[in-house]
Amino acid sequence: MSLDSQLQNDGVIVAKLDDLLNWARLSSMWPMSFGIACCAIEMMGAMASTYDLDRMGVFPRPSPRQSDVIIIAGTVTFKMADRIKKLYEQMPDPKYVISMGSCSNCGGPYWQHGYHVVKGVDKIIPVDVYVQGCPPRPEALIGAFIELQKKIDKESLLGEQLFKEKA
Amino acid sequence: MDDPAQLSEYGKILIILLIGALLVCATIFLARLISPKKNNPIKSGTYECGEEPIGSSWVQFNPRFYVIALVFLLFDVELIFIFPWATVFGQSEYIAADERWGWFTMIEMAMFIGVLILGLVFVWKKGDLEWVKPQVSLPKVPVYIPDSAYASLNSKTYQLRDYVVVADETVVGEVVTANEVVSVPKPAFKPRFKKPE
Repeated sequence: MSLDSQLQNDGVIVAKLDDLLNWARLSSMWPMSFGIACCAIEMMGAMASTYDLDRMGVFPRPSPRQSDVIIIAGTVTFKMADRIKKLYEQMPDPKYVISMGSCSNCGGPYWQHGYHVVKGVDKIIPVDVYVQGCPPRPEALIGAFIELQKKIDKESLLGEQLFKEKA
Repeated sequence: MDDPAQLSEYGKILIILLIGALLVCATIFLARLISPKKNNPIKSGTYECGEEPIGSSWVQFNPRFYVIALVFLLFDVELIFIFPWATVFGQSEYIAADERWGWFTMIEMAMFIGVLILGLVFVWKKGDLEWVKPQVSLPKVPVYIPDSAYASLNSKTYQLRDYVVVADETVVGEVVTANEVVSVPKPAFKPRFKKPE
C-alpha cells in the first residue's frame, strides 16, 4: 500500500524508512534556478502559472546548498563546464541531474563543428534523466520530473552500501 | 490547581520547552544518522555562483556601518514603544476617567522621543550620518625646517656610476685580511703572574 493511499484512509501510516525517505525526497524536488540557454525559457514556462511545476513540489531555489535537482537547460560550453561541475559538487547529497534539451544531451546542433561545446553534459556530471527536444516543451520537462520521481521511488537507504552492483 | 501534584502553568511551558528541545535534537540526530555524507573540498568551499572565490571571506568590515546600525536600532526600538503606547495608553476610557491622563502620557512620550532626537542631533552634528565625514581635522606637527631645505635636496643632481662587479676584489681582500690576521704581532702588554720570591 502506497503512502499516499494510506494518508487518505486514516491518520496512521506504517512504512519502511526507505519508503518514507523516498516519499519525502520525491515530493519536494527543488531545482536550482540555473538556466544556460534557450531551454531555460521553457524551464521558466514550466515553472510559471500555465504549467505550474510547483504543484509537484518543484520549486526553484537560488542556491545549490538548498537544491536537490540541477536542470542543465541549455548549451554547455567548455567555459561553463567548470562552473557546472563546481555547482553540482556544491549541492548536498542526494542530488539529481536533469539534462534538458539536445545541447546538453549530446551537443545538439553543435555536435560536429561546435569547437566550444561539450558534447553532452554527461561527460562532466552523472545525468539521471535526459529530455529530448530543441527546446523541449514544458510538458516534456514535467515528464522528466515524473520519471525522476519514479527513479527516486526505487532508491534504498542502504542499497548503495550493501548492494554495490545495483547502485 | 492547589494540589501540588498538578502542573502549574509554568510547568506546562517547561514541558513544552523540554519536548521541543528533545524533538529538535532527535531530528538532527536522525539526519546525522541517515543523511548521505560525501564531503569534498569543492563542496565545503564558498558558494560564488560557480566562480572561484577570490581571497578569504575573513575580510575587515568598515566600522562606519556600526554607527549607522546603532542609529537605526535606536529608532527601531522607538517604534516598538510607540505602537503599544498609541493603542494602550490612548484608550478613551482612561482619558474619560481622568482628563490629566492624556496629557501625562503625551508628555511622557514627548520626553522619550525628545531624548532620542537629541541623540540624533548629536550624531548629525558629529557628522556620523555622512559616509565621508564633512569636517576632518588633520593633526599637524610644527616643523622648523624650511621648505627650501627639502627643495634643495630634491633638486640636487646626483652622479651615477656604472655598475661594476666587485665580488672578486672583496674575496681577494678577505684573503689578504686573513693573512694579516695571521701575521699580527703579539700584543705589547701581556699579563703574567709573578711568583713571589
